[in-house]
Amino acid sequence: MAKTETEKETPKMKPRPIVRLGIFLISHSFLVSVVCCTAGVLALLLLPVLAKNTYISENALMPGSASSLLSNHDIAEANRLVNELSSLNLERKDAGIESQKILARYMSDLGAEVSYHKFHPPQNHFHPLHFFSSPHSGIIGENFSCSSYGVNTVGIIRSPRGDGKEAIVLVTPYNFGRSDSSETLSLSIAYSVFSLLSRVTWLAKDIIWLIADSQYGEHESVAAWLRDYHTPSFTGLVSLNADACVEGNNLYISKDNSVVQGKISDGFGRAGTMAAALVLKVTDRNGLWDDTLSIYAEASNGQMPNLDLINIVNYLAVHRQGLHVQIQKFWSDLDLKWLEFLGKTFELLGKVARSLNPNWKFGIPASDYIEGTTTLASSLYYQALGIPTGPHGAFRDFQVDAITLEISPRVSSNNKARRNEFLLRGGRLIEGVIRSVNNLLEKFHQSFFLYLLTSPSKFVSVGVYMIAFALLVAPLPLVAASLYADANELDFGMKNDKYTPMDTASNEINITFRSWKWLSAAKEVFVVHIWGVIVLLLPYFICQMRDWSPTTSFVSWVFLAMLSLLILYLILGSPFSHGYSLEKGEWAMLKSVTISAIFIGLLLMSVVNFATAEIGALLMVPMSLMAQPLKPDIRAASLRSFFRVICNLVLGFVAFPPVTFFMLKGIFEGPDCINLGDFWNWLESLWAWNSATYIYIGMVHLPCWVLCIHILLHSC
Amino acid sequence: MYSAPQWSFRPATGNIRYGMLPREAVCTENLTPWLKLLPCRDKDGLSALMDRPSIYKSFYHSQRLHLTSNKSGPEGMNPGIILEQTLTVVLQPNSQRTSVTYSGEKNVQPSWSLSSIFGRKVSGRCVLAKSSNVYLQLERGLVAELKKNKNNGVGNIASEGFWSGTGFELSVRPDKVFEEENSSHRRGSSVLFEFSIDKYSDSQPFDLGLKWKFPVTWSSEPAPLHASRFLMGSGNERGAIAILLKSADLNDASLGTCSSSNGYKFRVDVFQVVPWYVKVYYHTLQLFVNGQPKAVGDVIETIHVSPSKDKISPGVMEMVLQFPCDVKSAALTLEFDKGFLHIDEYPPDANQGFDIPSAAISFPNFYTSLLFPGNCSVDKSPMLSKFQEKNPVLSYTEVLLVPLTTPDFSMPYNVITITCTVFALYFGSLLNVLRRRVDEEERLLKSKAGKTTPLSGLLSKLSAKLRGRPQETPQSPSNSSSLISSKLLLKVFLVAVLAVAWQYYFG
Repeated sequence: MAKTETEKETPKMKPRPIVRLGIFLISHSFLVSVVCCTAGVLALLLLPVLAKNTYISENALMPGSASSLLSNHDIAEANRLVNELSSLNLERKDAGIESQKILARYMSDLGAEVSYHKFHPPQNHFHPLHFFSSPHSGIIGENFSCSSYGVNTVGIIRSPRGDGKEAIVLVTPYNFGRSDSSETLSLSIAYSVFSLLSRVTWLAKDIIWLIADSQYGEHESVAAWLRDYHTPSFTGLVSLNADACVEGNNLYISKDNSVVQGKISDGFGRAGTMAAALVLKVTDRNGLWDDTLSIYAEASNGQMPNLDLINIVNYLAVHRQGLHVQIQKFWSDLDLKWLEFLGKTFELLGKVARSLNPNWKFGIPASDYIEGTTTLASSLYYQALGIPTGPHGAFRDFQVDAITLEISPRVSSNNKARRNEFLLRGGRLIEGVIRSVNNLLEKFHQSFFLYLLTSPSKFVSVGVYMIAFALLVAPLPLVAASLYADANELDFGMKNDKYTPMDTASNEINITFRSWKWLSAAKEVFVVHIWGVIVLLLPYFICQMRDWSPTTSFVSWVFLAMLSLLILYLILGSPFSHGYSLEKGEWAMLKSVTISAIFIGLLLMSVVNFATAEIGALLMVPMSLMAQPLKPDIRAASLRSFFRVICNLVLGFVAFPPVTFFMLKGIFEGPDCINLGDFWNWLESLWAWNSATYIYIGMVHLPCWVLCIHILLHSC
Repeated sequence: MYSAPQWSFRPATGNIRYGMLPREAVCTENLTPWLKLLPCRDKDGLSALMDRPSIYKSFYHSQRLHLTSNKSGPEGMNPGIILEQTLTVVLQPNSQRTSVTYSGEKNVQPSWSLSSIFGRKVSGRCVLAKSSNVYLQLERGLVAELKKNKNNGVGNIASEGFWSGTGFELSVRPDKVFEEENSSHRRGSSVLFEFSIDKYSDSQPFDLGLKWKFPVTWSSEPAPLHASRFLMGSGNERGAIAILLKSADLNDASLGTCSSSNGYKFRVDVFQVVPWYVKVYYHTLQLFVNGQPKAVGDVIETIHVSPSKDKISPGVMEMVLQFPCDVKSAALTLEFDKGFLHIDEYPPDANQGFDIPSAAISFPNFYTSLLFPGNCSVDKSPMLSKFQEKNPVLSYTEVLLVPLTTPDFSMPYNVITITCTVFALYFGSLLNVLRRRVDEEERLLKSKAGKTTPLSGLLSKLSAKLRGRPQETPQSPSNSSSLISSKLLLKVFLVAVLAVAWQYYFG
């Protein structure tokens, strides 16, 4: 009693400043969250303005310092190869094998070691335990048929004066048998470079040219080759080739007479550690103005190759070969008024800033801004998907930096002189890149690995784009803490209420009781997360039904998910039919725990795949912060509460993953091509590619969305 | 890095020290210390051929020092240390790769001469040298081809007319011609030409040349098994070393001494040194023979392993393998963990990776020796006696490049800054705690009890407003607090204006 009296006399003790700051923030969580969220979205929109110009960080690369050696002679050789390939009768059954033989002969004539690599395309299975594991370690199915196998052709040039410890890989996907002229063009570019490299003296790394058999997908063939390169099985393949598929072996038998040098081996050609890989493709998508080069870099789970690799390609393509370089972007044909307005605003701001001080380099032209934003959006989206955008993704799984270069000629490739010029440009680009990488003593490590591109020559590094995410996420713990404090009626000594000296003992008990109240809310959150895991694993069972259409699968999945939710509630006790007193603090406690779960989930995801976390935060944070029971608001019937109800409903609707997907699809592709099965296909692609986004959707996004909806519908 | 193999290099007796340098940047000065050991350096004699550009243009070069201590001279020599210097260079004569057959026509293989290969000529021997000879060896395969082409049925190749008659022409007449005693090799016997350069001088330098008359294709004799070594796995954590042995030519039963009838097996010795930061787990040794996994005990006769000690000694593995005679391919894999190095121990360019020196694989049943008929003055020349020694065939595998985890080398700076921050925080709060007396604050507060601090009043008011609750103390302090806050705001605004003005005029 004496203690309470002294406290009564004196004001409370002042806590430490840092604690006071925390308490201050918590007690003003509403304002803080509004400011932070707005700032987060604004920072995201500002990223194109803050983007820096790329520069070549590793000095050893020295791109473009040597003049190109590729001559018309090599082009003529390549044309000879193409003529021979195209003169093959494509109707014949063994046209693919014939063209492989031709390619092998041409390669070995250049003095390269040639080998074939046979692979079986892996079946599409749902492997719930294969997320994050090493890519496809030893999952060779038992029941493949002899007819379905692909053959990669691999040529290796040994560097005459190198030590053979490192290699550069050049990949050209080629669909043997059903190839079109543009694929043949990519072969001829690669061949002209290869023939040049077989003569040059400056080679310090071996060159591997992989002609990937793309009849089962470009990524599959490259991944299969890499898998056998890094984790060969010494037992399986020998017997398999020998007894199971006799028919396939004619490739090896027939080679003996054609090759005198004996450089074609049936073993697996190897050449040391890979330094970098380039995937070369030619498409017939005619560029409007010029030969265009598209760069694809996103690998699985949003991993990017070292920025230096993109830099040298961009530098050589723009400054040496005069190609028009682009990377993927969204909305290129959509005119977005608000984006334009925003761009103009930033431009104006930049002008004002410059008039104040000419040293302030702020603001870019509005057209650049729109361009940058659309590129940034696609960059974010493809990183967030976690699906590689080309065969280069297979290399990233083995820590090899790789990009896909897709060159498309200006006009169709009928004009011969024009085609030769195109070949020369493409070939010189590849030669220059290989020469730069060849200069490299160490592996790529100087430049950034975590970045977003806003144009081929502009990037936003991790230090800048983290700010947007941090601002979005920052209010979450504050709001959670303030809700918790409110529900427990704690005051942190900031509210100088009259301290009523109650009966201390009962007060103590009350406080301890109330401070454990969060456990029931945590239990509920936990149950919903378990439900999320179950929903995540349901496709495993649905996949067993082979003949179901995507729409059926999707509907059955939704049905099963709801059923499992019901069952879980029945077993573990439904909070809907809960008997305990519906005091005001209950939903607040639930919201507090939900927000903490979202916070933890988003932070974890930002480590695995930043872009997913960013997009997830954009969707989840406003919804979870706004969530409040609808009933009292409807009862209040004031303008403010009506507005809140509308916001809640809209945010809750938008954040539901299928709705988000269909809305985006409707925006990009028009509303008429929305099909229920699309979402199933999309998710299937996510788990087929072992994307962490799938886990995020199942274990963070969906449960938290359900919890928010639960709060909205709370009956208080 | 060196090690002491026990029985891998067998002919030697006593203690062997075996060292290897897996990586050395190419530099023309690399040869200098080696040349300094020669009596005439590269000034005179045969070593005048050592033109650095042409040697470092080669496809392969290796220099070797072989030191043998000769305590009790068996042949009446003084006790001492014998130094053998070997330089192996693989050169391509007058590189014609640019015009290699496009249309399939066969060119005559390029002719060569010493001056076209090395860019120099030999003008006499070094005065300190006892003997100075150049040997030209025609391989067994080549001799067999030439014999086939000649088709004359002349029995004795080493006869006088051979070197000008068949296929090629030598610009200098050899002093002696040796033909190998035809032993068990069915391919033919190699031929050795000896040129003594005693009689040449500055005015008449020695310039051996060889001119081909018609194209001959032959392949040099391969080792019985082709050995290659590669890394498996990916990532910075672990990996595996695999050694793959493949039968060189399946058609030819080249494993001559091995016949399966008498149960004799084909023996292969493997010697491998691995630096300590690649932590090899020797128990994970797996063996595959002809694509079938084999128990370790079935194939390995003896194995000697000395595991690595961190920062002290590398791991050494010696194995004697016995393969069945019909072995086509054999593979052995060893798993390893990648270790961490101290930041001082990283070499320059650490991001390139770390090299594992090549493994030596020897075939004790096969010898490289050439046996010449005893009638010639063989034992006079040390080179020829060297040829006759019974050395097992030895093949070296590739050097491997293991990427290890490397720290960010700008890290020390970051570490220093962050440690300083942490220390400052720690000592600051420690001193704060030490300096403060218990209950001092309470006493202080008591002294100015009664008046509420304006800031807290403001805060409570703000928070109450934000919560949408009526403030419970609507008393006089609100006035003063708003006054103070407006003052504070004014101050902040003033400072901001000042800063902008400063930036504008002086920035």
